[in-house]
Amino acid sequence: MRCGELVQFLLDYLEGELPPDVAASFRDHLDKCPPCLVYLRTYQQTILTARRALCDDKPCSMPKVPEEMIRAILDARASDPGTRAAERS
Amino acid sequence: MRRAQFVTGTYPNRVTQARVTPGDGQSIEESRQIERLRAGDAAEYERFVREQSPRLLSVIRRYLAEEADALDALQDAWLSAFRALPAFAGDSKLSTWLHRIAINAALMKLRSQRRRREAVGLDESPGIDDARHHARLDWSDSAASLEDEEARLLVRSCIDRLPEAFRTVILLRDIEGFDTEGTAQLLGLSGGATKAKLHRARQALRDLVEEEMLRRQDRPEAKMGSGQGKSS
Repeated sequence: MRCGELVQFLLDYLEGELPPDVAASFRDHLDKCPPCLVYLRTYQQTILTARRALCDDKPCSMPKVPEEMIRAILDARASDPGTRAAERS
Repeated sequence: MRRAQFVTGTYPNRVTQARVTPGDGQSIEESRQIERLRAGDAAEYERFVREQSPRLLSVIRRYLAEEADALDALQDAWLSAFRALPAFAGDSKLSTWLHRIAINAALMKLRSQRRRREAVGLDESPGIDDARHHARLDWSDSAASLEDEEARLLVRSCIDRLPEAFRTVILLRDIEGFDTEGTAQLLGLSGGATKAKLHRARQALRDLVEEEMLRRQDRPEAKMGSGQGKSS
């Protein structure tokens, strides 16, 4: 396996979807090629850093929704024919 | 930090009007809340909207940078939810169901923006398709040790620089936690096309994060990762 090929197989490798012989060839290449190993590490770290940065459900980080928007949403429910019909059915 | 869990392939309003019984991860209290909502209890609706809107807006903002667009999508999401709620079967948590509706509303807004751009001849020029396949240095440990806020700003700035199609697939797959099938369904793509797009998007994001890490470390590239970058 060449470096360019390894990159093509990266996603399937990380998801455990490579056929066993290709996965073995992938690991074999990683053992011999430090730059590809670093690429794999930084690719994985990018995903982890993105998750850490954006999967933020902490209440303190929640945005404030303007009161007029809340009122508009509630008014829309009260006046929307589709909603009324769905509630009646 | 908990990743959102979804029932793959479940569309919010596909279900029939069965009486709500506590479903997966749903409490008796929540099933009673659903009954009150279905009965059209205005006070319950107001509590529900006030309680859930900040979280939904937070999700929508990941996709839509303009606050006015995000608020429009929030309103669209609620209207969809109000119409679909009477048919909600309770086979997932209400918050999970709403989360998906909010993502759908954000994606619809993105699609309408794209159609408008195409109509006036504007198109995105990604310019970052030519991803590298070797790192310029191993910054994985440095990234892992970033403070939360620093990591958030760094990744946010890089994600914002991605073309919309790349940003969306990363948000759905890596942030929201949809699997390939669920992501493909939301994007209207095949599984294979979704995987190819995800991989290119991750590569592009990796390259941008690497640029940022290089810039932060303020070290000449030549000194970094000696022995790296040599193709076999």
